[in-house]
Amino acid sequence: MTTQAVTDMASPGRTLRGTFKLGDLALRVVAGLVLVYLFVPILVIIVFSFNKPKGKFNYTWQGFTWENWANPFKYPALAEALRLSLNVAAVSTAIALVLGTLVAIALVRQRFRGSKVVDTFLVLPLTSPEVVMGASLLTLFLSLGWATGYVTILIAHVAFEISFIAMTVRARIRGFDWTLEDASLDLGAGPVRTFFKVTLPLVVPGIVAAAMLSFALSLDDFIITYFVSGSTVTYPLYVNAATKAAVPPQINVLATAILLISLVLLVGGTLYRSKKAPI
Amino acid sequence: MILPALAYLGVFYVVPFYSLLRTSLSTMGGSVYLPTLTFAWDFGNYGQALTEYREQILRSFGYALTATVFCLLLAFPLAYVIAFKAGRFKNLLLGLVILPFFVTFLIRTIAWKTILADDGWVVDALGAVGLLPSEGRLLSTSWGVIGGLTYNWVIFMILPLYVALEKIDPRLLEASRDLYATNRRMFGKVILPLAMPGVLAGSLLVFIPAVGDFINADYLGSTKTTMIGNVIQKQFLVVKDYPVAAAMSFVLMAFILAGVLLYTRALGTEDLV
Repeated sequence: MTTQAVTDMASPGRTLRGTFKLGDLALRVVAGLVLVYLFVPILVIIVFSFNKPKGKFNYTWQGFTWENWANPFKYPALAEALRLSLNVAAVSTAIALVLGTLVAIALVRQRFRGSKVVDTFLVLPLTSPEVVMGASLLTLFLSLGWATGYVTILIAHVAFEISFIAMTVRARIRGFDWTLEDASLDLGAGPVRTFFKVTLPLVVPGIVAAAMLSFALSLDDFIITYFVSGSTVTYPLYVNAATKAAVPPQINVLATAILLISLVLLVGGTLYRSKKAPI
Repeated sequence: MILPALAYLGVFYVVPFYSLLRTSLSTMGGSVYLPTLTFAWDFGNYGQALTEYREQILRSFGYALTATVFCLLLAFPLAYVIAFKAGRFKNLLLGLVILPFFVTFLIRTIAWKTILADDGWVVDALGAVGLLPSEGRLLSTSWGVIGGLTYNWVIFMILPLYVALEKIDPRLLEASRDLYATNRRMFGKVILPLAMPGVLAGSLLVFIPAVGDFINADYLGSTKTTMIGNVIQKQFLVVKDYPVAAAMSFVLMAFILAGVLLYTRALGTEDLV
């Protein structure tokens, strides 16, 4: 976000404020309420991480305790599921990052024959319902006779992450001045050196954003994973199974912890970016 | 540079669809434990899918459409305020909007189960003002499912809307003001048309995951609120009637594909992410 955009945006508010104060206030109140609405379930999750549930389910408030936070990994299966999910998210994002970024750079820099078709093709996985993607991958694995498990989960996650990454990176790097590359080549840097010294630094902020998005999507994915996981249990799959048998408050503890870590990364990222020159 | 990704998507996106299509036209044989699929151009699976699960198909589209409209109604004021009125708090507000979605989708849905519980304060409050649906509860009703669908994907409406609104040149608003446009006319003639790409992209991004979802119907609904996703999931993973399940998936995909291709034809792919 450039400062120019912010100042541009500030001005109509000033000129219009006097003309319809009441409507303006109502609008802000409604927007505030919507924001509160977004956080209602989150507050419930945080509050219930301190619950001392009687019985197996953590749906009604029973009393305050620190115990769940003291033993976040009390259930080994939950810890193991989370560890597996983090592993899948990291590995699949690394693979999809390479494939997706290359496509994004190619799409932005070269208008080649059929680039429009490639564009539409890349969007399709984003717009396929997860249940259909999961089902179609399952029929493939079934017909190939592959046992579903870690590898098939990885394959499926890379498949939906590539498009997300390609689209995100593409959105961030559109409008860059690619003649800088020519300049670098003119000045005697080789293509490899140019790639690492010029191209990569230009696209890195976009890549980081895309990687974070992809990681979060992978960690969160339930539906596709549900189809291709076999007996392997990821974090969302553990949560789903738990709701059928027993929901320990540690689920809320870990969810809250993940939220806090995301918050730190988000704030850290914003501060880092605002310190560097705006791109 | 594009070849590795295209090859990957070819093998793990296009080929699976081919195998799904093949499955949807196959006949099941063998025993329950060792089913065999024989490709037979068996369009009967489609007939069965469309007649037996007509109710679920219609319900899914109804729910997803309602949720999309709700998302639009919720997202517009928030996106508008962030784009035009937030000043230096713009980035902070955007961050706050995204933050809840870092909690696993499943856990958020479970939280709604607690919030909408029969003895919870939401049901009490709605009951007090007489807005409770005729069932006298929210959980296990259509409204519970639609509420869950709305909440889980509203972010996909807020962000594209914000992007579209943010692009509007404020001088256009000043100009319409100078030309004596009323608030309503300025909204209808300037803001809304310019926000349309965001509205369309957001609607697509909400509608698609909503129409294929089975989690919200599973957690917040009852056996009377099952959707296409529930049928596909159950047929594939529990009943293991692969051909009919594959046919269902294809019907769903065909509708959505038609919509997406129309959209990208008209507006390109830029606004979708």
